[in-house]
Amino acid sequence: MIDPISYEALMSQRAEIMKQSVGLDYSQYETGVIAFDYERLLADTGYDVSTACNIQKRTAVGNTPLIELKNITALVRVAAKPGKGARIFVKDEAANPSGSFKDRRASLSVHEAKQKNFTGVVAATSGNYGAAVASQAAKAGLRCIVVQEAFDSQGIAQPEIAEKTRACEGYGAEVIRLSVGPELFYVFLQVLQETGYFNASLYTPYSVLGIETLGYELAVQVQQQCRVFPDVVIATHAGGGNVTGTARGLRKAGANDTRVIAASVDLSGLHMASDHDFNRKSFTTGHTGFSMPFTTWPDRVDVPRNAARALRYMDRFVTITQGEVFYITQILAELEGLQRGPAGNTSLAAAFAIAQELDEDRIIVVQETEYTGAGKHPFSQLNLAKQMGVQVMRGDPKDNQPGQRIVIPEHPSQITVTDVDLDHIRRSYLHHAMESLHEGERLSDIDIDFLAAETRSSKTYVQEVINALH
Amino acid sequence: MTELIEKDTWVEIQNIILPAGERAPQVPDDTQQVPLEMRVKGFLVEPAALGDEVEIVTPVGRRLRGKLVDVNPAYTHQFGAPIPELSVLGREVRTMLRQRGQLK
Ligand SMILES: Cc1ncc(COP(=O)(O)O)c(C=O)c1O
Repeated sequence: MIDPISYEALMSQRAEIMKQSVGLDYSQYETGVIAFDYERLLADTGYDVSTACNIQKRTAVGNTPLIELKNITALVRVAAKPGKGARIFVKDEAANPSGSFKDRRASLSVHEAKQKNFTGVVAATSGNYGAAVASQAAKAGLRCIVVQEAFDSQGIAQPEIAEKTRACEGYGAEVIRLSVGPELFYVFLQVLQETGYFNASLYTPYSVLGIETLGYELAVQVQQQCRVFPDVVIATHAGGGNVTGTARGLRKAGANDTRVIAASVDLSGLHMASDHDFNRKSFTTGHTGFSMPFTTWPDRVDVPRNAARALRYMDRFVTITQGEVFYITQILAELEGLQRGPAGNTSLAAAFAIAQELDEDRIIVVQETEYTGAGKHPFSQLNLAKQMGVQVMRGDPKDNQPGQRIVIPEHPSQITVTDVDLDHIRRSYLHHAMESLHEGERLSDIDIDFLAAETRSSKTYVQEVINALH
Repeated sequence: MTELIEKDTWVEIQNIILPAGERAPQVPDDTQQVPLEMRVKGFLVEPAALGDEVEIVTPVGRRLRGKLVDVNPAYTHQFGAPIPELSVLGREVRTMLRQRGQLK
């Protein structure tokens, strides 16, 4: 058990533990009271796209197929107005060694840990990233510890996380499973301090740079297959690395006009730190419980600065309901012969709706799939949902209510996205930024510039919003 | 007499990290009312019985102590029964595509 003194003592060493365990001194990148040199932080790692690609090749990460979903597109056109219904492609990231795009993130993190002579890596994650780190660590001969939030106070494991426990243990990792709560961070710090292992955080520069290859590859593949860059790329959005890395990779390939859309499952009304709600979410990532707090304030993480800064990169942010994602998962299997997991299918469900807004010759890329299996499957989630008293029914997705009712659409034309108001998100970000200021700190011109870049707005906008906050 | 579990058996231990009522201030009431619990698997260091306070060696070689709660713990996550609301979808959409001449 933790005694309060050791808790305080550990928390006060937090900055030092972080610095040691990432081998990066973030303080040298600070340029203002809020501002830091984001581009230099990333560039100083030395991992440009081609270096990252070469490292990833050594463990068979990346170079995943791009597949046109012709039957799904045909179904979009059943629902769309004449002449509408863009072509939908998917990048089959499930083909990576541990079954998701997270291998891209883990490969650079583990490579970096090895370079810096760490003997092991630690990651705090209940998702695919744990398996990815464990897989990469196994290949690199490093020890691996994964800390998961895994079960509720009744001892009921979230099935998808149970599958990740199995996967991580399968790769020879130690898995620390915790019940619900943000104090996981304390346990994580303790492990870092005790072991001296590398913090393979999801939010280091390595973890985000590893995803640039995904955006880059898909731009090149679409260009080769279709002679143009994609019109739209949709990414399932949680902590922000997926959107950030993909968008940066697209730009590095020259796809500057491609619109980047972030998509999350709507879990509004459910509390992320609630023991009661934990097994009533039916999704473990790609949902608003992560994407809202992370988009409006990315630096709430296990490193001093989050390298995933999604608001800088999204042209649009949409939500989709749980039932719509389950619907599309079933359709993907039956019309395209692809059984894939829930997270990638979140952006596919959004693509199904957005394709109806666009002309038939337009190209939408769903930038990932993930593997599926026991626990990580609609049957597992919906059986648990029923057990927890959540109603599962056919109907209008508008009646879907997270934690209460999951509505499987009656017709594909009912699949729609809800736009998140980006102006609202920007204001919320700036509100958080002002709250982060300490007594007596004042924003400089550099800070205002930084906030404009962060919110993808202008200095005037930032000034106006900040003045209105007082 | 309870049977002892052999040394080097793959087992699971449990610890209470924070008792109910002493959780972080920001957690909601329902979480505040339950303990923060930790479970880890590893190889048993000395023979012991379920419920004993024991030491394990984890796959990375760390030695951890806790209450012995499970022996060779099973992975019990599964698919379960098919979900009727999903099982009908393939037929529905194939019919739509056929009516449009998009499928044979
Ligand atoms: C398969 C998959 N897709 C998308 C995401 C979301 O990525 P991010 O957290 O970087 O936004 C995750 C992360 O949990 C994931 O595992």
